[in-house]
Amino acid sequence: MSDTIGLSVLRGVIHRDLRLAMRRKSDVLTPLFFFAIVVSLFPLGIGSERDTLRQIAPGILWVAALLASMLSLDRLFEQDYADGTLEQMALSPAPLGMLVLGKVVAYWLLTGLPLTLLAPLLALQFDLATPSLLVLAASLAIGTPVLSFIGAIGASLTLGLRGGSVLVALLVLPLYVPVLIFGAGSVDAAAVGLGATAHLSLLGAVLVLTAFFAPWATTVALRIALE
Amino acid sequence: MFYPLAGKLIPWFAVAAAMLTIIGMYVGFFMAPTDAQQGEGYRIIFLHVPVSWMSMFIYLVMAFWAAIGLAFNNRLAAMMASALAPTGAMFTFLSLWTGALWGKPMWGTWWVWDARLTSELILLFLYIGFMALQSAVDEPRRADKAGAVLALVGVVNIPIIYFSVQWWNTLHQGASVSLTQAPSMAALMLIGMLLMALASWMYTVAIVLMRVRCIILEREQHAGWLDELKEVKQ
Repeated sequence: MSDTIGLSVLRGVIHRDLRLAMRRKSDVLTPLFFFAIVVSLFPLGIGSERDTLRQIAPGILWVAALLASMLSLDRLFEQDYADGTLEQMALSPAPLGMLVLGKVVAYWLLTGLPLTLLAPLLALQFDLATPSLLVLAASLAIGTPVLSFIGAIGASLTLGLRGGSVLVALLVLPLYVPVLIFGAGSVDAAAVGLGATAHLSLLGAVLVLTAFFAPWATTVALRIALE
Repeated sequence: MFYPLAGKLIPWFAVAAAMLTIIGMYVGFFMAPTDAQQGEGYRIIFLHVPVSWMSMFIYLVMAFWAAIGLAFNNRLAAMMASALAPTGAMFTFLSLWTGALWGKPMWGTWWVWDARLTSELILLFLYIGFMALQSAVDEPRRADKAGAVLALVGVVNIPIIYFSVQWWNTLHQGASVSLTQAPSMAALMLIGMLLMALASWMYTVAIVLMRVRCIILEREQHAGWLDELKEVKQ
């Protein structure tokens, strides 16, 4: 077999997960609606003053995106675990790390990417300036994959446990802190004219780190869960 | 065997902890000079600083044992890790609490979103997550391993979290309050603080050994050697 690192496996898993998700579109749409609703709740709670809203918009959008991308984390492995597919994947000769990577990529395509595309639209409600909108989209585009990777660790650790979805929140949210800081910080910096490159570079560095380590940690956790 | 040895060591560490606490308290509250800027209120430093040191140090020790437990499939090491977590969480909580008590008279507020305070708070969340995960898993071996992975992920993350929080703070605004003391610290203050740090260290060892013994009894209740013990026979 020439494909030693398993690129074909990667493609196969992404295809499979996307197709499965397309059969159940409501699963994909729920986090998006959640995101839109949470974001719309803040002006109702805080008041509709434009200056205030513009100031808090990056934070709100980022926190809401964080929660929305966490909401469906149990979908990542739970179904495959329940019907035994995950066990077969772990037994297959293909590297489990690649399978995990494929699942995370598919997961991001289904949650992170739509969130990234939706966020600038919602930001308009908060009267954010156009350059800030672009920075927001860019920061989400870099940041949401990190959320998916870290979330995969949490999802694999809590696989098949009682109250798994609440537990995931407890495990994963503290680890999301750097992403939130750099992500929301980049939009803030752009809004006051400082330039967002520093924040975005740091976010990129975090992405590279997690993309390297998280699949590995997830594999270890999956093997523990499947024992 | 570890169990009887731990049983023998516990009283020693407990006594050492008590003695050091008494001496440290005495040095701190009666011998150390009054601070020029902060008056008598600064004396909470003798609790706050050792407790904060321990809160961070215990996480590292916990991750170390977790790594050993995971790498060598060692049960005792994993038990050590889970025995350390509650003590670490307690110290973290105490550190936040004493910090708030100190902050109120000195800064005029219970809480500021300072880099150190925030990262200490996140450390508390990490401890809680570790304990919650372990208690959610029914099977002890899986709980150990899952907890170990989480502890290690946390350890990798701690520097990132710390620096991100620090940058977040400095990028937002210049720090309005700083935790740094006057550069030169009276020798007696330092001695008192070190004594208290040692005391909390001894306390940790004693309490963790005790907890490990409980965990061993709980998990190895079917093992034959337990029936030989004199406290079990009674």
